[in-house]
Amino acid sequence: MLSITGLYSGYGHIEALHGIDMELAAGEIVALIGANGAGKTTLLMTICGKPRASQGSIRFDGEDITDWPSFRIARRGIAHAPEGRRIFPRMSVRENLQMGAVAGNQQHFASDLERVLSLFPRLGERLQQRGGTLSGGEQQMLAIGRALMGRPRLLLLDEPSLGLAPLVVRQIFEIIADINRSHGVTVFLVEQNAFHALRLAQRAYVMVNGRITLQGSGSQLLADPAVRAAYLEGGHGVATPPAEPAP
Amino acid sequence: MDYLLQQLINGVTLGAVYGLIAIGYTMVYGIIGMINFAHGDIYMIGAFISLIGLLLVGVLGITYVPLALLLVLVLAVLFTAVYGWAVERLAYRPLRGSVKLAPLISAIGMSIVLQNYVQLAQGARVKPLQPIIRGGFDLSSANADYHVTLSYLQIIIVLLTVALMAGFTAVIKATPLGRAQRATEQDMTMASLLGIDVDRVISTTFVIGASLAAVAGLIVTLYYGVIDFYIGFVAGIKAFTAAVLGGIGSLPGAILGGLLIGLIEALWSGYFSIEYKDVAAFGVLVMVLIFRPTGLLGKPEIEKV
Repeated sequence: MLSITGLYSGYGHIEALHGIDMELAAGEIVALIGANGAGKTTLLMTICGKPRASQGSIRFDGEDITDWPSFRIARRGIAHAPEGRRIFPRMSVRENLQMGAVAGNQQHFASDLERVLSLFPRLGERLQQRGGTLSGGEQQMLAIGRALMGRPRLLLLDEPSLGLAPLVVRQIFEIIADINRSHGVTVFLVEQNAFHALRLAQRAYVMVNGRITLQGSGSQLLADPAVRAAYLEGGHGVATPPAEPAP
Repeated sequence: MDYLLQQLINGVTLGAVYGLIAIGYTMVYGIIGMINFAHGDIYMIGAFISLIGLLLVGVLGITYVPLALLLVLVLAVLFTAVYGWAVERLAYRPLRGSVKLAPLISAIGMSIVLQNYVQLAQGARVKPLQPIIRGGFDLSSANADYHVTLSYLQIIIVLLTVALMAGFTAVIKATPLGRAQRATEQDMTMASLLGIDVDRVISTTFVIGASLAAVAGLIVTLYYGVIDFYIGFVAGIKAFTAAVLGGIGSLPGAILGGLLIGLIEALWSGYFSIEYKDVAAFGVLVMVLIFRPTGLLGKPEIEKV
């Protein structure tokens, strides 16, 4: 569905991605994990054309979208719940959702709204409230809901768990799984919360300094000692439990 | 009392014109964060096209005044909108994404280009026009020796402005175009990630601003009966002052600011000195910038998201 080959990208003179190759099949959940500053967000934004790739190609459903303007990419079916959520602060929740529907077909706005509100009932209670007044968790729900309003085929999620309470994180991950399962949306998930992401994803990539260093199934990476050390235990400053004494 | 009433009537009329121009400044600032210094000259272009249009309907022998004015209005709006669109396309869009100062300088250049173009094409002399809409109501109280008049033209100006502003506010508030404009204003990148063609939204904004300026141009041509290639400069700066006073970026602010500047100018001219009316208007600008830089209805620059 999405295939990225030899992709280089960055901001100004600073190159952040150095030759990324990646393949997403329709219906998958794929996770991308890596430390702060590895280039994960840059990769998602480059898929959307902001910034533009300096080399390499991005193909979506067989079409080369590398040089398309962002709005055309969105209308072709790639939705993005970006880093920092980027809710329109002075627009109501309803208007934010209406903006999400721009990329899709305006005819099924009512049914799409209903579908999103059934996934996130909290948003239904806050439809007239300004986006900027929502709590962090609600804003995240709105960002994902807004992305779904255009009926995307590919959903890009950038750190949906960032800054949220563990309970809300679990809820959001359940909803992501549900979106994938019952609506057939392909999900590309960027996370620092590697544990949740690797459990949810069928496949995952590990990015270090703008390069893919590891890839495999979610469970493979969960079991990989290098990944465990870098992103699951050491990476979060959690002390490794003392090793069991050998029998 | 009668004298005050007359000044208030004059001030509101003038304020309506400033308000119409100020909307163009405030909308463009809201969306791309730039002061379009050529906007006053777009209004001047609107006035000239109106004048040409009025002469044209005269030549064509259309003597029924409402029809003639409607034709001129449509003509002025259409042509001026093309100018507004072209200015953005030629002078600002190529500079998008460069340093913030670049489009500002380009705007000042555009302003000079438009003034000189009109001066060359139409001559530097003041262009007079016979009054077309005459008459009005006499509102003087009994046995007063001062006559208060509310002319038909003043009524038309205020009604037209109120209707345009109401319609326009409704567009911004409740249509897909208005939503796209507000979204672009709040987060341009996010708007494009959602499928909004941001370039088109910006073009539309310039077209709307120029259309409203064209209406202001027609109004001024009819109201004062004299125009020249330089009227855009002072009116533009006054309208810009109005936009800043109301809070730049805020639509109701532009209207309120226009009204206040119009009233201040009329009252100052009426009670102090007509030579110093610009000092009064710009004195207000200085005061606002010192004590309330965000304007009366403006929002602080930094908003927590």
